[in-house]
Amino acid sequence: MRDQTAVSVRVVYLARLREAFLSPGEMLRLPGGSEATVAGVLAELRSRGGAFAAELAPGRAIRVAVNHDMAQPADAVRDGDEVALFPPVTGG
Amino acid sequence: MSVRVQEEDFDAGAEIARLRAGDARVGAVASFIGTVRDVNDDATVARLTLEHYPGMTEKALQAIVAEAKQRFDVYEVLVIHRVGELRPTDQIVLVAVTGAHRGEAFDACRFVMDYLKTRAPFWKKERTPQGERWVDARVSDDEAAARW
Repeated sequence: MRDQTAVSVRVVYLARLREAFLSPGEMLRLPGGSEATVAGVLAELRSRGGAFAAELAPGRAIRVAVNHDMAQPADAVRDGDEVALFPPVTGG
Repeated sequence: MSVRVQEEDFDAGAEIARLRAGDARVGAVASFIGTVRDVNDDATVARLTLEHYPGMTEKALQAIVAEAKQRFDVYEVLVIHRVGELRPTDQIVLVAVTGAHRGEAFDACRFVMDYLKTRAPFWKKERTPQGERWVDARVSDDEAAARW
């Protein structure tokens, strides 16, 4: 069984989220026992309260990519993954 | 390169000429250019900043181009998307498609734009007289992409 205490990911904040969190990203360690999934990353960030809880509140339109591929809440994250959080896209 | 993300402007005529150069199979070239408007949601837009996610943006665009080539009977697909600071009338995006016949070329061009609008990581921020604001995604864009 994988040692979940060892899961550290690089989170990247883009566009509105980068401004709301006053940061382009950071290393995030998922505490032992927490879920090593996209949902687990979001829960860990939400638990900080403030802008993180507000911007990532359930119901807010947030997209997540793991290692540059779009991901869903149940998708697994592994040690060293890059997990990007961003609003719905508006290019073109 | 069928996909480019760049700050510099592009010359659509030169890009299209290069795309179909020497290819006698081509009987149709369809292209789309998106440009910056000076009004959006009832506010005057003085400047537009386009942000992207380096690495993922190129990968997402390449996946869209690959899907277009798989779905439609076309030869070449080119996407150029600008990032950085833009002003009204500036060009934002070019999609160009070559094929044997117009129907598939038109469809592939529209497909690429509709998918790009909902799947490629770009974000627009507008400067208006009321200040700066991030542009919200539109439901109509999701509907346009869902048609395919």
